[in-house]
Amino acid sequence: MKLQISTRLAIFAVLELAASEDRQLSVAEIGEKFGVSSHHLAKVMHVMGRAGLVRSIRGAGGGYQFAGNARRTTLLDVAQLFEDLSSNEQNTGAVDATPEGQTLSGVLNEIDDIARATLGSITIATMRKLVERCGADGTKSSKAALSRRPIQTRL
Amino acid sequence: MAMQTDAEATEINAAVRVRRVQAADISHVITLDTRVTKLAKAEYWNDVFRRYGKQRRHERFFLVAENLMDRADSRLLGFIIGEIRAWEFGSTPCGWVFALSVEPRMRLHGIGSALLEAISDEFKKAGVSKMRTMVARDARLPLLFFRSEGMIAGPYIQLEKDLD
Repeated sequence: MKLQISTRLAIFAVLELAASEDRQLSVAEIGEKFGVSSHHLAKVMHVMGRAGLVRSIRGAGGGYQFAGNARRTTLLDVAQLFEDLSSNEQNTGAVDATPEGQTLSGVLNEIDDIARATLGSITIATMRKLVERCGADGTKSSKAALSRRPIQTRL
Repeated sequence: MAMQTDAEATEINAAVRVRRVQAADISHVITLDTRVTKLAKAEYWNDVFRRYGKQRRHERFFLVAENLMDRADSRLLGFIIGEIRAWEFGSTPCGWVFALSVEPRMRLHGIGSALLEAISDEFKKAGVSKMRTMVARDARLPLLFFRSEGMIAGPYIQLEKDLD
């Protein structure tokens, strides 16, 4: 599954801010950590501010703070600010009304349902635990977590 | 937090202890399950107790969390049931958790975590290194809980078909 750049930036920013909820971080500081432009990140932070996930602190030393509940806010909450994660309902015409079109829609809806359930089941707090474990274990752990080799079933 | 023997149990803190289920617990299991699921299944739970509380106890684990603080209140705070299964779906032996319930008023107090840790200790003692469970896609609370306990999606896809 591929997420838009804005979605990825938003998740990275929320993870960074939620790591220390009292701390304020500027767009430049967050951008420097992940090597992304402040311009793009500022737009992302503005969207999250409107949604109440982050709050802007004005003045010298200001920046952004995480405003959500890390144990309640999920990846889905962040992602759906930037992605269209609703059910796949393409309407390209007569072809979608055909049995082939409807069957394909069913398959794609299955994928979308699984994606939504996965993103909706991982809170920011859970992500932080995974990040810390990945950082502690290094590359070995992240590869193990990411690669999934199915067990062969003998028929 | 390993349980050493049936007689011994683990005190999570001064208030709660995890131990093997006993016959006297089943009425409380039924009450808790009925309250949570809104479905009364006395016959089911009596059968589960027969199979998981009394048989093959080296690979079947029916654990309960009991309230130590209020001795007059004998209600259970939660329970967890699992067993070691081998070679189903081509899997090497692993521990499966197929039931977990915590008294709704006592959630977010670490009881679910303690139950899961207790059964995972039993699985490890029995020699397995993998624990699995299955959760309905729309069961948000259990999904959030198991994910927060470090569980991730496994290599299987559950498939189904209507028989008509």
